[in-house]
Amino acid sequence: MGELAADKHVKYIISVEKKKDSFESVVMEHLRLNGAYWGLTTLDILGKLDAVDEEDVISWILKCQDESGGFAGNIGHDPHVLYTLSAVQVLALFDKVDILDADKRLDKINVDKAVEYIVSCKNLDGGFGCTPGGESHAGQIFCCVGALAIAGALHHVDKDLLGWWLCERQVKSGGLNGRPEKLPDVCYSWWVLSSLIMIDRVHWINKDKLVKFILDCQDMENGGISDRPDDAVDVFHTYFGVAGLSLLEYPGLKPIDPAYALPVDVVNRIFFSKK
Amino acid sequence: MESDEGDEQQQEAERLPLSQRPEWSDVTPIPQDDGPNPVVPIAYKPEFSETMSYFRAVYYSNERSSRSFQLTKEAICLNPGNYTVWHFRRQIIETLHADLQDELAFVGRIAKSNSKNYQLWHHRRWVAEKLGTGAVNKELQFTKKMLSLDAKNYHAWSHRQWVLQALGGWEDELDYCQMLLGEDIFNNSAWNQRYFVVTRSPLLGGLIAMRDSEVNFTIEAILGNPENESPWRYLRGLYKDDTESWINDPRMSSVCLKVLSTKSNYVFALSTLLDLICHGFWPSEEFREAINALNTPDSGPLDSDLGRAICRVLECVDPLRCNYWLWRKSKLPLTVSSQ
Repeated sequence: MGELAADKHVKYIISVEKKKDSFESVVMEHLRLNGAYWGLTTLDILGKLDAVDEEDVISWILKCQDESGGFAGNIGHDPHVLYTLSAVQVLALFDKVDILDADKRLDKINVDKAVEYIVSCKNLDGGFGCTPGGESHAGQIFCCVGALAIAGALHHVDKDLLGWWLCERQVKSGGLNGRPEKLPDVCYSWWVLSSLIMIDRVHWINKDKLVKFILDCQDMENGGISDRPDDAVDVFHTYFGVAGLSLLEYPGLKPIDPAYALPVDVVNRIFFSKK
Repeated sequence: MESDEGDEQQQEAERLPLSQRPEWSDVTPIPQDDGPNPVVPIAYKPEFSETMSYFRAVYYSNERSSRSFQLTKEAICLNPGNYTVWHFRRQIIETLHADLQDELAFVGRIAKSNSKNYQLWHHRRWVAEKLGTGAVNKELQFTKKMLSLDAKNYHAWSHRQWVLQALGGWEDELDYCQMLLGEDIFNNSAWNQRYFVVTRSPLLGGLIAMRDSEVNFTIEAILGNPENESPWRYLRGLYKDDTESWINDPRMSSVCLKVLSTKSNYVFALSTLLDLICHGFWPSEEFREAINALNTPDSGPLDSDLGRAICRVLECVDPLRCNYWLWRKSKLPLTVSSQ
């Protein structure tokens, strides 16, 4: 089996942050906060978070915060839930969540209603779509199962049925797809895998073959991971590939929490410090 | 429908810098403020920086004018992911009472190269919702066009489902699913839509009334491609909440037997038969014979319990999931003997 080219991936991520004039950096400029989360969490899993300047990152993130408390994708944009999540996650990596005015908490949300809505999106195959009646999709399943896990409501999931649907995502090459008859993609190593772990059914896929598939998606020369072997790499797939390997207990990687998608030590730090 | 991006592309080719446009001469552009120590500043192209600097000017002054409206179009074309610009455009549309049909046409023109852009689809829905039932045909046409480019585009399907439920237009939907499945019987999205129509259309008789013809259609699809996951799941779905009818419908087990007899692509046939047995179906001797005849290497002498025998075969022929089949075997109801 191949090897994880960890150093190359670290170099790749640092270089992406610096590649300012590419087409991608322009069309992605509104979601730089997401990009920061993908890149920085990958670095942390690889034990290399210190490769970036913590103060620079944090002061930039705070500039993305709006008076509503929400965060925008970049300076000058409107606040949005997606980027607020990334901001909180990145601050958590640096153990700086306390600098936020944490007035928005789980107890401020009607969790029961949220759970009710999620359950209404459950399909007969055990999976979840985006809306009631929507096709089951692994990315959507991750969101629903993760939310139910955080809300302590996993009993709504038919774990055996969903576990089977999820393990049927593994194709001959060892990779995972997101829906029946679609191509495998490294990011599903995260969406499918973390879902399986949250419902205790990860042993139903062939882990070795999945590891091999992820490793085959690496660019061994320049670093980074792509959606499938021989395609172009990007930070998004680099993150999900490395995170997937962490879930598969690949040696040398920090363990990652499947629901929060952050390193376990970061999540523990937050929970143990809550009063 | 407008899929021709000619308008926008032409404008891009002929672009005059905003600083040289007389209608903008009174506006002071606001450059992006990345702070004193910017973290990895991006080297934007000049036209991008300029457009966004003028955008910031009208956005912060909340100028909802026709020149702002035009500017949001340019900004969107430069970066269609900028949700702030889309949002401001909507505010301008409301203030100016802009023509919503024109707006649909605009979205239609840039949709092809932005087919999976969340902001675009959200905007489309917003416009369609304002137009109401009058927009049905256009929206069905639009999603049909997008699906002809990518028949599994999740955004397109979500939008189409929203249109049907919010605005109507169910008349031809089953036929549409039929057509898509004719083009690609493996299209899981089309199967999902078929289920959506059969169970929710106010024009059809409901699941139970449709069940018989749907079972026949699905079985034909299965026999054509038994390795196709979707129709097997669809078949099970036709009997939701009614396990009794499911195991008593002779077509369920007979399709499994037919596929097993071909001795190829029988994994789903085996797992379906296993499910039937677990729910109380009593397999006759021909099932045992059919499984014997598979002659699976490594599976050893067949277990006397048919359920266990099936699991053993599956462990061999579907090795990626052998742990799942081992678990299924462990969960089998204990029987004294098979029939």
